[in-house]
Amino acid sequence: MISMDDSRPIFMQIAERIEDDIIETRLPEESQVPSTNQFATFYQINPATAAKGVNLLVDQGILYKKRGIGMFVATGARAQLVEKRKDQFYEQYVVAMMQEAEKLGITSEQLAEMIRTGRKGS
Amino acid sequence: MSRIVEVKGLTKVYGNFEAVKDVTFTIEANKIYGLLGRNGAGKTTIMHMITAQQFKTSGELKVFGEEPYENNRVLSQICFIKESQKYPDNYRVIDVLEVAAMFFPNWDQAFAHELIEEFRLPLKRRVKKLSRGMLSAVGIIVGLASRAPLTIFDEPYLGLDAVARELFYKRLIEDYAEHPRTVVLSTHLIDEVSQLLEHVMVIDQGKLILNEDTEVLRGRAISVGGTTSQVEEFIKGRNVIHREPFGGLLTATVMGVGSTDEKRRAESLGLTIAPVSLQQLIVHLTGGSVRKAGEA
Repeated sequence: MISMDDSRPIFMQIAERIEDDIIETRLPEESQVPSTNQFATFYQINPATAAKGVNLLVDQGILYKKRGIGMFVATGARAQLVEKRKDQFYEQYVVAMMQEAEKLGITSEQLAEMIRTGRKGS
Repeated sequence: MSRIVEVKGLTKVYGNFEAVKDVTFTIEANKIYGLLGRNGAGKTTIMHMITAQQFKTSGELKVFGEEPYENNRVLSQICFIKESQKYPDNYRVIDVLEVAAMFFPNWDQAFAHELIEEFRLPLKRRVKKLSRGMLSAVGIIVGLASRAPLTIFDEPYLGLDAVARELFYKRLIEDYAEHPRTVVLSTHLIDEVSQLLEHVMVIDQGKLILNEDTEVLRGRAISVGGTTSQVEEFIKGRNVIHREPFGGLLTATVMGVGSTDEKRRAESLGLTIAPVSLQQLIVHLTGGSVRKAGEA
């Protein structure tokens, strides 16, 4: 079983996994997305929860519904998601990194150097 | 009909012991409910009243819109799988399936036989010769293949190993997706089932202390750690459900700190913030240390 993080709403985690699949082009634009029941069975989650995750992306225009056929990835979805993730990147990774660096007494210059070399700075 | 079970002020008294105290809830059609709580909390008594195996002491109880007692219209739509289901001594596994096929209008015999193979049950063996785990598997198979409009599993897995439990969850969610129906799962294995549940009801000492959509509960509590004085400062006036002192440090579990702003404020105070799983949340709520901030 693929475990979900039980401390966050699962519908958000489902939406994030679909987003990842779109960003990494495992789900190309205009391709069909698995059905709510397929998500539910695969991740062993309640179908209502899976539907909520999918609908979150429909509301944002990332997915759209073709009546009687299913759910598809919208054209332009990938670019839209990449923009959104770039905003989150600063909040999630850069701010956290700078806080930890400060705690350890790593200067901004040392931090920049670490990023440039991709190795531990001296 | 969208309301399958309606319970209002339901109470059950044994002698001078109140097993169920003034419980009110509704169970809606085609959802999976978790009835959670510690052993002896009153879960089984509630299920016995819903399925007309015990009389209520007071309160209102309607199942499929009617009183359930000696009411075949209601009872034929219910499948109740008990923790220790008893079968007649001479029954073999195959006899149990045949009787179930007659009893449940939606019974799917092909599905039942698929499940028998998956759970590796010997069809011709007498039920009383089965191991504890196999006996539990028989109950699970009857519960799934009955496709009863209201299916109740009361701690169905005594003796079942992790592989068999996993198989149960998998088949339950698959079959439910294809054939939606109302399912009530009563268990204390919260971690294992929480992602299957749409709605959670928590019973503690006979009372319903939580009745909420599962997704609303996830992420509603956080734990805050730091020096005692800093943590006390932050949790003042908040709904604190658990405190864990450790030397001069304190970790408190708080409900309702949802917003990023509040979390950032805690971080800026130098506090450590950690998410709380649904299981932890329920353990804290039923652990007997429920206190409001400020009470010592």
